Amino acid sequence: MCTTCGCASGETTIEGHQHFHHVHDHDHDHDHDHEHNHSHNIHFGLGPAHSHAPGLSQSRMVEIEKNILSKNDEYAQKNRQYFTDKAMLALNLVSSPGSGKTTLLTKSITDLSAELNLSVIEGDQQTSNDADRIRATGVSAVQINTGKGCHLDAHMVEHAMETLAPEAGGVVFIENVGNLVCPASFDLGEAHKVAILSVTEGEDKPLKYPDMFFAADIMILNKIDLLPYLNFDVAKCIEYARRVNPKILVLQVSATTGEGMEDWYQWIRTSRQLRLIGRSDMLEAKDVDMKVSV
Amino acid sequence: MHEMSLCEGILQIIEAEAEKQHFTEVKNVILDVGVLSGVELSALEFSFGVVMQGSVAEHATLQINSIEAQAWCMQCAKTITIKQRYDACDQCGSYQLQVSSGDELKIKELEVN
Repeated sequence: MCTTCGCASGETTIEGHQHFHHVHDHDHDHDHDHEHNHSHNIHFGLGPAHSHAPGLSQSRMVEIEKNILSKNDEYAQKNRQYFTDKAMLALNLVSSPGSGKTTLLTKSITDLSAELNLSVIEGDQQTSNDADRIRATGVSAVQINTGKGCHLDAHMVEHAMETLAPEAGGVVFIENVGNLVCPASFDLGEAHKVAILSVTEGEDKPLKYPDMFFAADIMILNKIDLLPYLNFDVAKCIEYARRVNPKILVLQVSATTGEGMEDWYQWIRTSRQLRLIGRSDMLEAKDVDMKVSV
Repeated sequence: MHEMSLCEGILQIIEAEAEKQHFTEVKNVILDVGVLSGVELSALEFSFGVVMQGSVAEHATLQINSIEAQAWCMQCAKTITIKQRYDACDQCGSYQLQVSSGDELKIKELEVN
């Protein structure tokens, strides 16, 4: 591998181009215990790696072996503990912009708020439009504006939870920033990532953004009421999703017409019940369920 | 562009280590990055230069060890190498793969003064 830019695999490639990155005029197989000084061409980084400057022999190596995301993971672990202590089900909703996340959420809230304690964390780069839409349903919501950021991180969620102070035994929906790339890497402490894909997008999205569909436990195929007007191969889409993640559960819904939504609700109820196992201290929260199911 | 956040994570770790292990300058940062980690290396390099400015690692070079991805094929009962998450087993064509490595994303070592 080239230590200058790390290119070898995982770099940007454009179909039909051999190498998008840049031209190398140096050898990739040099050994490291000599001083070398070969010229490097156009370069996005910080100058040649391994170009040991004179006097460097005095420096020492420090073993770190620490995950780069460890700070986020610490916060995520804290959040997860909080959710566990309060027997709450936290769901991290991820999708590209325009897949119908907020519509799915408002519909779910309207249909479920009588039986479950619900609260919402909304992530967007700008505006509180989505949180306003949620609050219009009567459920408490906190908007996180990430500014230039492309994802929510666990620390933001921790702060949002302080503001939200949701009731124990309930369900917290975390609507992530519309982005199928970055949110895949950031654990928020949720129980499940829920990937939402609408049929107005391409059926090959699971292959184009495999990290997200790998990280998700469930994929909701939304806007299925539009299928008659589109060239979207549902079977193919599901097959692609399973290639990336053989265990992924797929539900087909239309948040607008309500078709298939009962399956989604059943999944939420069941997932929440699993959180309550062994939690006799949460009996009161359970009662909320009982009232409705009778 | 979450590479910027990753570099901020790298800097936090470096600063914590600088205090713990008493060094004032970082010469070289060595990372292990798996091919499935979802990191765009050129973006990481670019962000690294920006984020490290004014820190103990301002003049540090970045060395990235790319870690290949391996998976267990449930059909062949063998470990195989893959390039992407949706790759089929190169022996039998099955997609029933359990990915076992390739999502590494860590600071391996620092060369410091």
